[in-house]
Amino acid sequence: MISTARQPTSALGQAGATEAPPLEIHDLTVSYHKKPVLWGIDLVVPAGKLVGIVGPNGAGKSTLIKAVMGLLPLNSGWVKIYGKSFQKNLKRVGYVPQRESVDWDFPVNVMDVVLMGRYGHLGLIKRPSKRDREIARECLDKVKMLPYSDRQISNLSGGQQQRVFLARALAQESDVYFMDEPFSGVDAATESAIITLLHELRAKGKTILVVHHDLPTARNYFDMLLLLNMRVVAFGPTEEVFTYELLQKTYGGRLTILSEVAEAVRQKV
Amino acid sequence: MFFMLSKRTFIYLLTALGYFLFFAGNVEAARIGDISEMSIGEQTARFFSFQDPAVRYAVIGSILLGITCGLLGSFIVVRKMALVGDTLSHAVLPGVALGFMWNMTKNPIAIFIGATIAGLIGTAVVNLIKQTTRLKEDTALGMVLAGFFAVGICMITMIQQLPTGNVSGIDKFLFGQAAAIGKDDLILMATVTVLTLLIVGIFYKEFLVSSFDAGFARVAGFPVQVLHYTLMLLLAFAVVISLQAVGVVLVSAMLITPAAAAYLLTDRMHKMIWLAAGFGMLAGLVGAFFSFLGPSLPTGPFMVLGASAVFATAFFFGPKHGVTTRWWQQRSRAKRMNRENTLKSIYHVLEDRAFKGESVSLEELKIRRAESFEEAHQRARELAAHDLATFDAKKSQIYLTPDGWQRACEIVRNHRLWELYLTNAVQFAADHVHEDAEKIEHVLGDEVVREIEKRLNYATKDPHGRDIPGLRDVEKGKRMDGAPAETIGYGRRT
Repeated sequence: MISTARQPTSALGQAGATEAPPLEIHDLTVSYHKKPVLWGIDLVVPAGKLVGIVGPNGAGKSTLIKAVMGLLPLNSGWVKIYGKSFQKNLKRVGYVPQRESVDWDFPVNVMDVVLMGRYGHLGLIKRPSKRDREIARECLDKVKMLPYSDRQISNLSGGQQQRVFLARALAQESDVYFMDEPFSGVDAATESAIITLLHELRAKGKTILVVHHDLPTARNYFDMLLLLNMRVVAFGPTEEVFTYELLQKTYGGRLTILSEVAEAVRQKV
Repeated sequence: MFFMLSKRTFIYLLTALGYFLFFAGNVEAARIGDISEMSIGEQTARFFSFQDPAVRYAVIGSILLGITCGLLGSFIVVRKMALVGDTLSHAVLPGVALGFMWNMTKNPIAIFIGATIAGLIGTAVVNLIKQTTRLKEDTALGMVLAGFFAVGICMITMIQQLPTGNVSGIDKFLFGQAAAIGKDDLILMATVTVLTLLIVGIFYKEFLVSSFDAGFARVAGFPVQVLHYTLMLLLAFAVVISLQAVGVVLVSAMLITPAAAAYLLTDRMHKMIWLAAGFGMLAGLVGAFFSFLGPSLPTGPFMVLGASAVFATAFFFGPKHGVTTRWWQQRSRAKRMNRENTLKSIYHVLEDRAFKGESVSLEELKIRRAESFEEAHQRARELAAHDLATFDAKKSQIYLTPDGWQRACEIVRNHRLWELYLTNAVQFAADHVHEDAEKIEHVLGDEVVREIEKRLNYATKDPHGRDIPGLRDVEKGKRMDGAPAETIGYGRRT
């Protein structure tokens, strides 16, 4: 497998000339039970881009995000957020975990969850202020969930739960966002609401990395794609890397997905 | 905000308890067992007068442990760590025995240290098994629980057979005896309670976010591991201070049951915590009281029974999730639908004779519904009981009240609108829509009805060609008082 990770394009280089890139990964290896899941990952993500991370099941997409945020031990390599270690730049990172990762019967309401997005800025002991509540309300409004702010979180549809998670990440007011499958299991209305929101964030110069499962939509949604299968197969502008050859390389011999790939590429032509 | 306020209230409460403690300390404690020939009434009076320092110790101790256990138990329940609590509480037993062997007396500090260490070793062994083998957590917990408990039982049996030392009281650690709580025990209990209140109060936000979403909490920069171990340590403390009163065997129930009851009653974590603390307190009091009534009754089982009673109440009668509450709601819904069906049938009877006459006879209702006379009679009485109609038993006539007429119009209207909507907007065949409308007519809200009307362009005929009753028909019914005899006069008895 050949890694074709690319350098930031010149236009972006100018915009972020004074600052280090939002995400820089060097020689990252992560393994579960001595089996590598990610192997020698090198990646430099330029600022202000909406990046889709695609690859087959078990390719290490979620693992990559978790490793970047220090939730998993690294076997080798390092990760830098705006040129510093993750721990030193916590407040610039927003996170949307997989929806299934929490217990939705937990006794909190929608507002409580979104307020958690403010906790990182508050630090230890301090409690959310009126201003924090105001921010949380604004974020809820952006995902059209303000009318539900008093609702217990189990009384929400899957799409609504996902939007609550998104509002929580917005409340973090970060510069780079990592989202783990925000589109999985959501209704069409939520999907379009999320994509609108992502575009708004990008317009404000935020960088967003999204783990994405659905190949056909990936081509339309993202500026850049990271094709991942244990190693970086390709990383670059969507129109350059969304090719039959590279996708085949990423998905290997998985026939059903291959036909999906073929279909997606044909639509493109 | 709620949390802060309540915390202040609790601090007042604790100060009051402190004074109580101070005065209690000036009197030499009499053992509860000393007086056992009193009647239950006298015992009850003696208990609630709080004159007896032993009673005071038992009551304050039980309250303190109830608060601590309920508070921490809330986090145990939402973090799905109930089994961890159970294992921890059994694993402390060898430590209790070791603490006892320190100088062969019941020294609270020595026992506290020994039990805490044993509990933490037990937890460490669980983690070791989990991390180094393929075995899962529940298996490791089960083994450690039984293994440590067995070691503890052996040691206690050995101690009891030793000739030296004052061994009385060590057997009380198995099932608990609130009466055995001494002043030193009480000071320890108060310390742990205050410590728990402070730590949970100060770091509430941190415990909340790390319990709900540990990954997110870590990314937000919170020391999730430290918080976890703090909670485990507090949990060990809570178990140890509860041992004397509740006993090793049942102490985990005091952690879990009040919190579980609270979980059924509220959807907010801070409310759950205070409810659980309150329930724990209540259970503690109940246990102390009942074990006081008899000379040698163990306290633990009574406390746990008290907590279980609270849980059972929440389970059956909780306003949101209670089983009986839900059953009752379903039943009243079914009854309401039944009444509405009666109203609808009456409307149909009236409609069939072009709304001539004021009343509908039982015979007509019976034929319309193809039921027995008794059933029709029952329906009439149901309507009368809810002021939807008046029923003249002698003449077997049913007269709708204005409310009954309005509801009848609404139901028929809902039914026909829905049929029309299904045939027009969703292209159902006209003979496919009745069943569906039969159900939906009872649940359509005003807003939905208005929306359907709009989409149907305010149609007045249903797919079968019958009139859809409108607002005017409802009003007509209401204005009938004093109208000519051949029209319908709802709400009037002739």
